[in-house]
Amino acid sequence: MSDYFTKGILYAAALIGVTGGTAAGISMVLPMNLPPVVSVQRGFRGTGLDQVYTPATLAALQEQAKVPRSLPPASPAGVKASAAYKNVRVLGDLSVGQFTRLMVSVSQWVAPKQGCAYCHNVKNMADDSNYTKIVARRMFQMVQNINGNWQSHVKATGVTCYTCHGGNPVPKYIWFNNPGPDAAGGLTATQTGFGHPTGMNGSTDLPFDMLSPYLEKAANIRVQSETALPTNNMSTIMQTEWTYSLMINMANSLGVNCDYCHNSRAFSDWSQSSPARVTAWYGIRMVRELNNQYLDPLNAVFPDYRKGVSGDSPKVYCATCHQGIYKPLYGVSMLTTFPELKGPPKTTAMLMDPYPAK
Amino acid sequence: MAEYQNIFTRIQVRGPIYPGTPLEGSGGVNRVGSPGYIHLFGRFGDAQVGPIYLGTLGILSIVCGFVAFEIIGLNMFASVNWDPVQFIRQLPWLALEPPSPQYGLHFPPLNQGGWWLMAGFFLTTSVLLWWVRIYRRARALGMGTHTAWAFAAAIWLYLVLGFIRPLLIGSWSEAVPFGIFPHLDWVAAFSLRYGNLFYNPFHMLSIVFLYGSTLLFAMHGATVLATSRYGADRELEQILDRGTAFERGGLFWRWTMGFNATAESIHRWAWWFAVLCPLTGGIGILLSGTVVDNWYLWGAQHGLVPVYPPTWGTVIDPATLPGAPQ
Repeated sequence: MSDYFTKGILYAAALIGVTGGTAAGISMVLPMNLPPVVSVQRGFRGTGLDQVYTPATLAALQEQAKVPRSLPPASPAGVKASAAYKNVRVLGDLSVGQFTRLMVSVSQWVAPKQGCAYCHNVKNMADDSNYTKIVARRMFQMVQNINGNWQSHVKATGVTCYTCHGGNPVPKYIWFNNPGPDAAGGLTATQTGFGHPTGMNGSTDLPFDMLSPYLEKAANIRVQSETALPTNNMSTIMQTEWTYSLMINMANSLGVNCDYCHNSRAFSDWSQSSPARVTAWYGIRMVRELNNQYLDPLNAVFPDYRKGVSGDSPKVYCATCHQGIYKPLYGVSMLTTFPELKGPPKTTAMLMDPYPAK
Repeated sequence: MAEYQNIFTRIQVRGPIYPGTPLEGSGGVNRVGSPGYIHLFGRFGDAQVGPIYLGTLGILSIVCGFVAFEIIGLNMFASVNWDPVQFIRQLPWLALEPPSPQYGLHFPPLNQGGWWLMAGFFLTTSVLLWWVRIYRRARALGMGTHTAWAFAAAIWLYLVLGFIRPLLIGSWSEAVPFGIFPHLDWVAAFSLRYGNLFYNPFHMLSIVFLYGSTLLFAMHGATVLATSRYGADRELEQILDRGTAFERGGLFWRWTMGFNATAESIHRWAWWFAVLCPLTGGIGILLSGTVVDNWYLWGAQHGLVPVYPPTWGTVIDPATLPGAPQ
């Protein structure tokens, strides 16, 4: 009897050990959401076109997305900033009141700890010797460009510096070209872009540098055929894996499932997609333009410690603004309290020559 | 009384070591090693281990398999620059990818996919040699070759994925990468590229046979266990002389399901279900990209796709609008 008892204990322990070990192994490898999980139906009943949320994550995101209190609006009347101050090249049309209010706000949005001195030489505010000031000027042009020319994506909500920076001198979510971890090289297989989990590819083995081809260069994202039978679609499965990785990155950036935009039974079919897919389509083009016309050209002024391992500029992607939320700051428009940032900019030219001219 | 029941057995059966059926010809002479007992094995099944027979085919198969395993493993190890910690941490994600599409069916440089091609060659050779070995061992024992043909069905799917379909498309890049997650994500990408494999009828059949196999296995196992108290596990006796065990099993299914497969034909049911799973699956893969390029659209043309009312109004591809940014 005691023998059976001992063996019973042994079997029970073995069973618990194996089950527990397997569960622990799986949870170490795969990201999981602890219950409770809430699903929200968006499509036709029974199709499973649902968004899945965990309340704990939502609470954290709502805390993170709190909008700072705005200073009281300033009158557009009075002396213009370009007349009152030297070297005001982008915001010169604002009144001194508007200009000062914006500068104070920006320092709270971008450099709350460092203050004005993060960009300015406080002994001579017109001085351009800090690289941060050149970057900030370009960023003002960029914000005005987004608000003025990309309403297809940002609608009337628009963006301000705070949308991306959120109180950080460098926005929390940026990216660089990623050549991947060092491989041994020589005769062994070269780095193919696959097989290394990162936060960017959703911890999959799919391509980890999935943003470079699509959000900096303009590679083709579409891979599915528009005809049932083969015609001339040369898209490969490897190419599909790149698109797949980009889509994982976009979904994670917005904290949504695939079917926020797509009907997953026919991913490519626009007639079954949600209007959000159109917004996202413009977003891809917008981000591509921002990286090519604003961030990459700033490479000349960024110091090395701000650049990636390939020496490239920090770049924007969906998460830079969205930060895990389907609408940045849950759709609160800070642009309405800062109409000074409405665009389009007077000039999109690079204003990188230092002042005073030498 | 203690009963001998394998997995949940309470006793270890240790009869005299049994060397195996004497075979005609040379089939029996190459068995090597002195047999022994492994206690743990005895808890799950037969405690006896050995004597073994590998033979030329078996040894060649293991050597080829080892070469493939090493090519894959060492290239994965090289992909983390020989860092043992990263090798272990990233092992489920590490990949040996096929050559990129630019190489078509040519032999690429070793570091551009050549290793993948070599690993595939050695793995395929290993699998095929093992198939011949299984066939010949069955013949040597005077058995039918059912196991070999069932294995061949699995090899068919393997060859379609890694060899036949890439040949038809004209590019090694179409084949499956080596790696734990990489080959799974490849499958997902395959379905995405070909417009949702769920609308592929052969994929449907394959799933039917896959899940059907598990169901049949559970039904069969349960029936035998439930009637073994009447001697159903002594199958031969029951086949020669129907006893109450098989009668009760048959009656049970006639009552619960209205149909009795019979204790003999259930094994053919199981064999065909198992074999048809990779056979139909392989056909479904082979047709993707060669005959059908978008299974969803194909399904829509053939009445497979349910129509439900649009939820979001009219959404138009913005790339088709005049003046859209590209």
